[in-house]
Amino acid sequence: MTQIFAYIPHKNGAAEDVALEYPEAAKKIDAGASVTAVVTGSGADLDKVAGDMAKIYSEVIKVDNAALAYPNAEVVRKALTAILPANAIVLVAHDTFGMDLAPGLSVKLDSAYAADAIDFEGVDGDALKLVRQELGGAVSTHVTTDISAGAVITIRPGAFAPVDGGSASGTITDKSGDAGDLAAKRTFIEVVEAEVGDVDITKSDVLVSIGRGIEDEDNIEIAQELADAMGAVVSCSRPIVDAKWLEKSRQVGTSGQTVKPKVYMAMGISGSFQHMGGVKGNPFIVAVNKNPKAPIFQVADVGIVEDILDFMPELQEAIEDL
Amino acid sequence: MEILVCVKRVPDTAENEFELNSDGNDLDRDDLVYSVNEWDNYAVEEAIQIVDKVGGSVTVVTVGDDEAEEVLRREMAMGANNGVLLADDAFEGSDGKGIATILKAEIEKGSYDLILTGAQADEGAGQVGGMLAAMLDYPYASLVNKIEVDGDAKIKVGREIEGGNQEMNEIELPCVLSIQTGINEPRYVGIRGIRKVAKVEIPEKDAGALGIDASAVGEAGAKTKRVDYFVPDMGDGAEMLEGSTDEIIEQLIEKLKAKGGL
Repeated sequence: MTQIFAYIPHKNGAAEDVALEYPEAAKKIDAGASVTAVVTGSGADLDKVAGDMAKIYSEVIKVDNAALAYPNAEVVRKALTAILPANAIVLVAHDTFGMDLAPGLSVKLDSAYAADAIDFEGVDGDALKLVRQELGGAVSTHVTTDISAGAVITIRPGAFAPVDGGSASGTITDKSGDAGDLAAKRTFIEVVEAEVGDVDITKSDVLVSIGRGIEDEDNIEIAQELADAMGAVVSCSRPIVDAKWLEKSRQVGTSGQTVKPKVYMAMGISGSFQHMGGVKGNPFIVAVNKNPKAPIFQVADVGIVEDILDFMPELQEAIEDL
Repeated sequence: MEILVCVKRVPDTAENEFELNSDGNDLDRDDLVYSVNEWDNYAVEEAIQIVDKVGGSVTVVTVGDDEAEEVLRREMAMGANNGVLLADDAFEGSDGKGIATILKAEIEKGSYDLILTGAQADEGAGQVGGMLAAMLDYPYASLVNKIEVDGDAKIKVGREIEGGNQEMNEIELPCVLSIQTGINEPRYVGIRGIRKVAKVEIPEKDAGALGIDASAVGEAGAKTKRVDYFVPDMGDGAEMLEGSTDEIIEQLIEKLKAKGGL
């Protein structure tokens, strides 16, 4: 029987949503697999999360150590390498912590590695088949990974259907004593909170959101004028902030703000999952992009294949004439 | 500070519309435009800025074929001092661990204080930096969006984490960092810059020169393999508005009114 371990990320005593998504991912790998939740941390927060996980998972392993109070990937990797059995299949969320932890973990466990799975298509012999995306979501691929000596696999948060919170009474096993030496060459100092900008994009019902299609800093004015006509606010995708054309507080996405507007106008935005991960609350999404193959058209409600630099002024004018 | 930056030649997502080939199992690569991986430009820029401040040199390395040499030259035109091309038929089909194994062999032949990679490349896995660090037993930080060099033994790095927050860490040298976009503004490279480095000798090393067991890398050593590319069934997707621009706008305005957008 395949033994799968799910690493549970948590903050302030609450597990991240992906904790409810691992069981579905595990089932798609092997319907008969036993799934064990692994929680590392310290003190009351850890106990709270381990208790919550025991309602969902029949087996929970906890590792309690002051060095694990903040999730430092190097320390967590050492603890996991010490407590996991040989040939384990380990699931990790493909988030900023998972990306820090998982590749090195696969080296230390001497197992296979596959990143950012969005679906699994079962095991054939030693080969686990999974689905992932490349080139910013422009193409999908099937990948096989040889799990005979174990594997570390990151899964995309939100890609697998969550299970209910549950009321099972799983067993919590304390493996704190097995974690070994947790000294690390990297030390956590502090979290610097994001700066608050002049405009709060999270408060607006309508967002005119711009991406690479805006092409030039001077063209942002075009989007601002459309937004003014609509009573909306201008937000953006990551490349606009990287180019320093708008401040970070205007960025929608997993590495920016999470927004819940009624209407989301995606203007020249390709629609990567990191960007769409910041769009919540099921808004009405309008996508305008000159590339008919842009991934945004898969998630939008309404799609228009046009150059935003031509389209936005015309839309603005039509709205002003209403 | 001696800095090595690992770079990759990739299909340019801004310049291409990706199509499958006639067999439907690979990209149609005939007309693809390639360039240096976007994240790598930020890594090279950061390396140059560090060396400008504290001295040392920047070396760029890639695992690839002869065509990959052009990305090394581009990064040297930015200001990297040296380039190294790691090329061998035996490297074909390497998975992330294969690439990390090849890079590790080159790193052990030098004496680097800092090794940078892009946070991710075309495959979107973001794996090579973390693997390389673990193989070398160096500390690692991913998604780095700030580097403060204030000593020879340790540096401070900021990592981009969820919600636009930044996690500050102290990390011992030597270390491996994967660099996130936005950490700096990569300098522009003009034709003149490229011309200046056009004749610079770029050493090429194969598996033998690196002392790599060919069965540990390439297709033979890969545990993770791409089977095919495909276009997923997207369900309904967006309702595409068609017609003249005026007609499209008219339809759109009706919908926006109904959904609270106007």
